[in-house]
Amino acid sequence: MKIESYVLLFMAAFGAVICAVYWFTSYEDAGSIMLGAFGLLGLLPGGYYYWWSRRMSPRPEDDPEATQAQGAGVVGAFPSTSIWPFVLGAAALLIALSLVFGFWTAIFGFTLAVSAVIGVIVESRRGGVL
Amino acid sequence: MTLVAERPGVVGRPGEPEREHGPSGIVKWITSTDHKVIGKSYLVTSLVFFCLAGVMAIMMRTQLVSPDNTIVSQHTYNELFTMHGSLMLYLFAGPFAFGGLANYLVPLQVGAPDMAFPRLNALSYWLYLGGGVTMIAGFLTVGGAADFGWVAYAPLSDAVNSPGAGPDMWIVALLLTGFSAIFTGVNIVTTVFYLRAPGMTMFRVPIFTWNMVVTGILILIAFPVLTAALVMLWADRHLGTHIYSVAGGGVPVLWQNLFWFFGHPEVYILALPYFGMVTEILPVFSRKPLFGYRGMVFATISIGALSTSVWAHHMFTTGVVLLPFFSLMSYLIAVPTGIKFFNWIGTMWRGSLKFDTPMLFAVGFLVVFLFGGVTGIFLASPPIDFATHDTYFVVAHFHEVLFGSAVFGGFAGLYYWYPKMFGRMLRESLGKASFWFMFVGFWVTFLPQYLLGLHGMPRRIAEYSASTGWTSLNRVSTVGAYLLFVAVAIMVVNAYVSWRRPIQAPANPWDGHTLEWATSSPPPHHNFYRLPPIRSERPLWDFNHPEHTTRKYEESMHRGNRAPASVPVGDGARGGDGVEGSGAS
Amino acid sequence: MPLAILGGAIVLGGCNAPTFGAFRGATTQGRDEFKLWVGFVIAGLAVAALVWGLIFWTVLRHRRKSNDEIPRQFHENIPLEILYTTLPVVIVGVLFYFTVVTENEVDAVASHPAEIVHVLGYRWGWQFTYDAGDGRPQGVQVATAAQPALLAQPARSKEYPQLVLPVGETVRIVLTSADVVHGFYVPAFNFSRYAQPGVTNLFDFNPTRTGVFRGQCSEFCGLYHAEMLFSVRVVSDSAFRHWLSAEQVHQAQAGTGATS
Repeated sequence: MKIESYVLLFMAAFGAVICAVYWFTSYEDAGSIMLGAFGLLGLLPGGYYYWWSRRMSPRPEDDPEATQAQGAGVVGAFPSTSIWPFVLGAAALLIALSLVFGFWTAIFGFTLAVSAVIGVIVESRRGGVL
Repeated sequence: MTLVAERPGVVGRPGEPEREHGPSGIVKWITSTDHKVIGKSYLVTSLVFFCLAGVMAIMMRTQLVSPDNTIVSQHTYNELFTMHGSLMLYLFAGPFAFGGLANYLVPLQVGAPDMAFPRLNALSYWLYLGGGVTMIAGFLTVGGAADFGWVAYAPLSDAVNSPGAGPDMWIVALLLTGFSAIFTGVNIVTTVFYLRAPGMTMFRVPIFTWNMVVTGILILIAFPVLTAALVMLWADRHLGTHIYSVAGGGVPVLWQNLFWFFGHPEVYILALPYFGMVTEILPVFSRKPLFGYRGMVFATISIGALSTSVWAHHMFTTGVVLLPFFSLMSYLIAVPTGIKFFNWIGTMWRGSLKFDTPMLFAVGFLVVFLFGGVTGIFLASPPIDFATHDTYFVVAHFHEVLFGSAVFGGFAGLYYWYPKMFGRMLRESLGKASFWFMFVGFWVTFLPQYLLGLHGMPRRIAEYSASTGWTSLNRVSTVGAYLLFVAVAIMVVNAYVSWRRPIQAPANPWDGHTLEWATSSPPPHHNFYRLPPIRSERPLWDFNHPEHTTRKYEESMHRGNRAPASVPVGDGARGGDGVEGSGAS
Repeated sequence: MPLAILGGAIVLGGCNAPTFGAFRGATTQGRDEFKLWVGFVIAGLAVAALVWGLIFWTVLRHRRKSNDEIPRQFHENIPLEILYTTLPVVIVGVLFYFTVVTENEVDAVASHPAEIVHVLGYRWGWQFTYDAGDGRPQGVQVATAAQPALLAQPARSKEYPQLVLPVGETVRIVLTSADVVHGFYVPAFNFSRYAQPGVTNLFDFNPTRTGVFRGQCSEFCGLYHAEMLFSVRVVSDSAFRHWLSAEQVHQAQAGTGATS
């Protein structure tokens, strides 16, 4: 976990330094804000990972000597099929098109989006074993 | 319909195929959350967009073949170059890499059963497909598709100067594909951080996957800015805000700042994955480990970081940006890129080079990208940019780098991983013919464009008068474009031939180094039954060639005090003569 | 050694060097840019030749001879890697130095220009308004005569405006736009600058030779972008004064005239 956090923290440090340099050489707002936000984007997950990496024992994937057996067991739950991403995608398309063609497509879009959200929650609760 | 994936290994269920009693046909495609199915969908969709955009390029080159040509009207020409750029950059080069190949390969390369968020992955494909179709559908509206260039500079893109539904559809298409890219970026980074196989430390992750991690982070930096800028543009067009218009106290150049803060990381989002593909291919066809693995990782991270602070080199001629700062930062990107070049050459140095089609395209990438990179250095110098900005010199430069990476690098990757994805080989003879047409066509197309730019031909002009003296160079360039068209057509024929008359691909046709070659071609659902031990950045090579490992590998084995034989591994991972379920597609 | 080539190339560039396809620059600013260009091309081609040479050498030299040969598995060489990391840093440092020097020359504005021309870009044409060096209006204005024709004409035809400049004098250009972003681009001067709404850009031209040069909008500005042409005619100082006074009389008679 350490290396992962270092990558992001490096991005954060770079963003912070460049933000400062850019601000004091140009006094231009938009770019400075974006560079600062870039620094924060590295800092938030990077800091979280770093905080965790100090509190956890190395995972098998962080151990250069790990054997495959050490990682045996459940990795996570992976749905093999689900219709709801497609429904949600269609909903997003309809909602986006309402920005072009007027409000009426969004009505269908939001209906689909709500059904997709309900569907995916039910699916996750029921899920587990194939 | 959820499956609890277990780590492959001794405790797993060796060799037992998972039950496949799900839906079939189109329902299977629509409901699939398997990263391999989604990756292939992305791949095919993005290649369709690539071919459409290529046809548009051919139409434009045909228009420019002689002065005052009227094959297409000025309005159509403006639509064509806008959509050519938009399709190539937003819908082909990026999604082909991070949606197609990375989606397929990152879980395989780190030894994961799937992407971290499979349903999010599926959603991102549907958003991409919806967005892409919406953008193309702009041609069907009354006013035609968007016609303000792929950069949509305000105030040209406002409701007064570009009215109609076509530009609006362009905006919402980018909102959709932007979210799709963000979701994929999150997915890739999470997968690499959380789902690696035991022993796969970060410094053993294949370089392609490393590059995708940095690409994923860059997506998270860049795309939200584009989305925000587009929402403000839409508000300017429809809600009467004046964010980008002088009349209401807005600042038009803000659009350029926001757009290029997205746009320049985007250029590296388009380039880094292809650097990664080439970095995978060169060692395999040289039978050597990558030269300077750590240097490569640091170079990639540096490119990623630097790419955030060079955006205004697209705006040197606005007169309102800090020239020395952006010039210096742009120059500095040449340093990690140079490191990569020397590492690639070091990888091939004293190797045993075999020129199958993927290797040909990879070396072709090195040759053409170098020239694009050198002219990029010229453009990073503001005075030279003043002379060449918005001319064909710039057009030639970015086609050399983008075509060089996305098409030479991308086709290298496609030829390399096609056997893994589709379980069948592409024909070598057709592949080599395609390469040579492309390599020659590339120089014939773009070298004249450099000269045209230096002779003062601006980009995005639908016509020019004969008195300018640009005719003959334009003719040469058009001939080159037709050669490129032939090269891509041969590639399509090749895919067709492999579909009609398949040659089954073994699990490991190229004697590959990384984990994706340790499973069958195509891989089973959830990817692996067994994994070889991971003791270096090329576990499969160590396993297949135990007498030719690197010193790093020996030390790791020694420290761990474990003999390779004590690690449980199935026979299926042996290279060269594929086993388990190969060929079924 | 590469540094010596690089520095030498940039210093010597411009004299009688080949142009590598570029214009030599008809203003002092353009000439400075041209010198930098020549240096960059020589340096760039030297680097490219080196790297291409290495690529082609390996490709030709280290082809696989037999199917079971396995080369030595070396994978790093720290001193070499440090060398090819620091060398590019030094090279770009040199390039950056010459860039900044040239940039300052090109962007420098004189305190007392001989003439001030206000350039306004609009869809799809140009308007040039002449002021004296002290900012006094001189009643001369030249603009695009008509809406764009369907086919592009040579840039010297009547529809397109002509910017007349005196040779050997400093002319200040004050550039802005009435609507969208345009690009004020004179290839022979090796110079372009955006004409932007809400932004006024200032820069100087010191034309060094007489002649007629093509100019064109370089930043895409909508439907008739390809026909947003103009030309620049550089004449001797006396001819310029003569033209100016003739135009003053002519335009005063014609009211607020926009002729070419």
